[in-house]
Amino acid sequence: MLKGNHLWFRYGNQQPWIVKNRSLIVAPGEVLGLMAPSGYGKTTLGKLLAGYLSPTKGTVTIEGQLLPTKGYCPVQLVFQNPELSVNPRWRIRQILREGYSPDPAYLQALGVHSGWLNRYPHELSGGELQRIAIARVLNPSTQYLIADEMTAMLDANTQALIWQSVLSFVAKQQIGLVVISHEASLLQKLCDRTLRLADSPSLSRDSILKRKIPTI
Amino acid sequence: MTLIAPTRPDSPPLKQQNNRRQQTLTAIAIGGIFLLAIIVSPWILGDSGLGTMLPERNQPPSWGHPFGTDWLGRDMLRRSLHGLSLSLRVGLLAASVSALIGTGLGLVAGTVGGWVDAVIIWVIDVFFSLPHLVLLILIAFAVGGGTKGVIIAVALTHWTSLARVIRAEALQVSSADYVQLSRRLGKPSLWIARHHMVPHIVPQLLVGLILLFPHAILHEAALSFIGIGLSPHLPAIGIILAESMRHLSTGYWWLGVMPGLLLLLSVKAFDWLGENVRSLLDPKTSQG
Repeated sequence: MLKGNHLWFRYGNQQPWIVKNRSLIVAPGEVLGLMAPSGYGKTTLGKLLAGYLSPTKGTVTIEGQLLPTKGYCPVQLVFQNPELSVNPRWRIRQILREGYSPDPAYLQALGVHSGWLNRYPHELSGGELQRIAIARVLNPSTQYLIADEMTAMLDANTQALIWQSVLSFVAKQQIGLVVISHEASLLQKLCDRTLRLADSPSLSRDSILKRKIPTI
Repeated sequence: MTLIAPTRPDSPPLKQQNNRRQQTLTAIAIGGIFLLAIIVSPWILGDSGLGTMLPERNQPPSWGHPFGTDWLGRDMLRRSLHGLSLSLRVGLLAASVSALIGTGLGLVAGTVGGWVDAVIIWVIDVFFSLPHLVLLILIAFAVGGGTKGVIIAVALTHWTSLARVIRAEALQVSSADYVQLSRRLGKPSLWIARHHMVPHIVPQLLVGLILLFPHAILHEAALSFIGIGLSPHLPAIGIILAESMRHLSTGYWWLGVMPGLLLLLSVKAFDWLGENVRSLLDPKTSQG
C-alpha cells in the first residue's frame, strides 16, 4: 500500500499552502485517478508521493515504511514534459539504461524503434521521447507508478498505445498506478476509482467515485 | 511482376557539398593550424632577418619583405611573428590559469550555494564594477610588472565571466528534472556529477577557455604597449606596436599596420575556433 497521510506542503514559511491535508491510499494492482482543475496541486501531490518533494507535514509510506531516500525509489513519477526529463547531451540508449536495462518486450510494446537508440533527444518527437521516459521506469523494482498528465500532449493513437502497454505492465507486475489528469473521459476508461481534488481539501470517502475498469 | 525503383536522372552526385560537420571540422583544423604555426614560428625561422641591416632600413612592404623593414633594417614579418608567438604563449598561460580559477569558483558557487555562493557572486560583481584596464594595471604594478606581472594580472581578472557561466550551468543542471529523476533512480551524487554535470560543464569550459585567449592576448598587448608589461627588449607584439607609434607620423605606416593586422587575424582565429568547437560539442548542432 502506498499511503499519503495528511499531507501538507508549501514552499516557504510565508507561502500559501499548495497541498492541504490530503490523504490517499493506492493498493498494488489498483489504478487510481486523480482529477482536478489546473492549480489544485495535482502535480505537487504527485511529487510528494514520489519523493521529489518532502511534505511540510504528514508522511508518505509504503507498506508502513517511510519512502526511502537512497537507492532505487519504488515509487516512480513520469513527468508531463519528456523534453525536460531527459538529459539533452545523452543518447537515447544511455537514457533508457539509466535505471535498469529495459525489457525488450516492453520496448516493442511501446513502439520504441532500435533506430532511435543512437540518437539524441532533440532528434525525437515529444511522443517518441515520452515512450522512452516511460520505458525507463517499467522494471521490476517499480512498485508504484505516478503518471502526471503523462499523455496530455499526445494524439489519440499514441495515447491508446501507451496506456495499453502501461496497463498490461500494471496488471502483470501488480503495480499501483496513480493517473493524474483533468480529462474525465480518460480517467473513466482507465481507473478503478477516481479522486476529485476540487470537491474538498481532504479526500474523504464520499468524494471517491467507484468505477470499474473497462478493457481497452 | 517486379517493382523497380525509378532512378532520378537528375539526382545530384553525392559528396558534391560537404556537410556542416565536415565544414566545422575543417574550420577547427584551419584555425588550429594557423595559431599553432604562429606559436612555433620562432623556432622554425630562427634568428635570421632579425639582425641590423642598415642599407635596407625603412623599406615599404615588398615581395622580399612582405611587412617592410624597420629603422634598423630588420624584417618586420619575422619580428611580428616572434612577437606574436611570445604574446600568444603568455596569453595562453594566463587564460588557462584564469579558466581554472573561473571553473573552480563557478562550480563551488553553483553546487554548494548558500553564503558561499553569495560571497563568490559578490566578488564577481566587484570585479565587474571596476574598469578592466585599471584593475589590470593596478595588479601588474603591485606584483612588480614584467612578464610575471602580466600573467598574474590577466589570470586574476579574466575568470569572472566564465565563473558566472559555469555557476549558471551547474545551477541549471542540478535542478533539472532529469537530475532529480536520476536521484530517484538511485544514482549517488558523485555518479550524477560525473554523468550529468560533466557533459554540460566541459563544453562550456573549453569554449570559455578558447574565447578567453583573445582577451588575454589583447590585454597583454595593451599592458606592454603602455610600458608596464613585458620588458622593452622582448619583441612582444605590444612592444612592436608601441615602437611603431613613434614612426607613424613620419609615414612609415607598415610598422604599425602590418603587425596590427596579424594580431587582429590571430584574435579572430581564436574566436572562430571557439564558435566552431561550440557547435561541434552541442548535440543540437554537431550532427548536421
